[in-house]
Amino acid sequence: MNMPFYVSPEQLMKDRADFARKGIARGRSVVVLAYDDGIAFATQNPSRALHKISEIYDRIAFAAVGKYNEFENLRVAGVRYADLRGYSYDRSDVNARGLANAYAQTLGTVFTTESKPLEVELVVAEVGPTPARDQVYRISYDGSVADEQGFVVMGGQSERRGQVVAEAWEPGMSLPAALRLAVRALGASEDPEAEPEDIDASQLEVAVLDRTRPRRAFRRLTGGVLESVLEPDGE
Amino acid sequence: MSTDLPGRLPDAFTTPGSSSFLDFLHGHAPELLPSHRATGATGSAAGTDPRGASLAPHATTIVACTIGADAAGGVVMAGDRRATMGSMIAHREIEKVFPADEFSAVGIAGTAGIAVELVRLFQLELEHYEKIEGALLSLDGKANRLSTMIRQNLGLALQGLAVVPLFCGFDLDQGRGRIFSYDVTGGRYEERDHHSVGSGSVFARGALKKLWRPGLRRDEVVRVAVEALYDAADDDSATGGPDTVRRIWPVVCVVDGAGYVRVPDAELGPVVDEIVAERHAAAGGADGGARS
Repeated sequence: MNMPFYVSPEQLMKDRADFARKGIARGRSVVVLAYDDGIAFATQNPSRALHKISEIYDRIAFAAVGKYNEFENLRVAGVRYADLRGYSYDRSDVNARGLANAYAQTLGTVFTTESKPLEVELVVAEVGPTPARDQVYRISYDGSVADEQGFVVMGGQSERRGQVVAEAWEPGMSLPAALRLAVRALGASEDPEAEPEDIDASQLEVAVLDRTRPRRAFRRLTGGVLESVLEPDGE
Repeated sequence: MSTDLPGRLPDAFTTPGSSSFLDFLHGHAPELLPSHRATGATGSAAGTDPRGASLAPHATTIVACTIGADAAGGVVMAGDRRATMGSMIAHREIEKVFPADEFSAVGIAGTAGIAVELVRLFQLELEHYEKIEGALLSLDGKANRLSTMIRQNLGLALQGLAVVPLFCGFDLDQGRGRIFSYDVTGGRYEERDHHSVGSGSVFARGALKKLWRPGLRRDEVVRVAVEALYDAADDDSATGGPDTVRRIWPVVCVVDGAGYVRVPDAELGPVVDEIVAERHAAAGGADGGARS
């Protein structure tokens, strides 16, 4: 009988983490950042149908990077979780924290018990009545959760791009300013000296959680609306 | 049988395939479905027990009519505000007309408690589909979903707890308003021009036939709908007329290409006052005394 080689738990976890991290880094990044009237999401995504950013519930949205089939599955699970909760209690009882926990448990369990970890990284964001009550959770492939303030950049080259956002982001930015910053970060290359790549509006997937909207706060910005927001002097 | 690991979301949540919240509930939490409630009534003897009819509050008359030529202006739906329990008035401010989603509305007649829950589930069903698929259901698709839900309530309907909705919406593909009526078995019938359901529907339908004409403008159709409810309340004790003492007006909504809008009370008040004044002048009819 063959004896399997001994692999230390540290090595096993490290291999899995490396595997997941590599998968995630291959994808395009997603930028999530707070602005005065809500939370904005942007990513480079030429597809009009396969979304990386979507609505979960009235005030909650979801953004993901990594393998499409894996995060799509998690997104549908999130919509079911939120709708079931809202149906059995009340719409106001659905919150991002509960959903982030459910995702974290799921990702964590898969990471430790299954042969392949999920190659995804998620953001669950909830817009509150005031900017101070906005919630942004970042959930990693191993199930760890971080409560983020202000902005999140995840996916390929997230360190460099995160740096671009960190340098310029400030609380209370207007939506056009926040989105222009997000697009600049998405176009940033590894080399800090290089000019950022210019990304056309048709290549962008942009959505916002707008706290001024009455019930469902989620709105996609496409076509002319997006172009006018991204214009240098657009307000 | 379940392979669920503790902590993580159960398998039902991550199973791909269905975009229906109703199907998800059937599989994962059937006890939450209105049609799965144990009523304590079993067997064929209880199957036709009509007691439920007098114990549970009932909602009554709903009217719907189209706007403009060929319904291009959308539809108006209106419902009175009374719920009855036997011969008692259970509630005088109940709302029976709801937005189903952005481009459709549903009005309910029958057992109020079950009907309101059914509407909540129907709204969720449409929103759930929209979120998962990233697209709106067609108007026929929505009407069929409602049909399925009514059919599942057949057991309760036979115990006297029937729900009969009226569904209307703006068909974005055809560019016109459409009205659908239902029976307790889930039968779905598309209505032309206008329709009414509930205990006062006989009288409301008579009024609609005389008052409604093709090509009416939005505000004229709103008035027709309110006046039809007035006629229903005139002859049906379970339908509430406009309450001029408490200033409680019917719930009236307009669904057109721009979406669902509820007509505000500020607009309904003058309409009701006008109708009441005209009826005052000609107590026997609706022609405002023109024939006298």
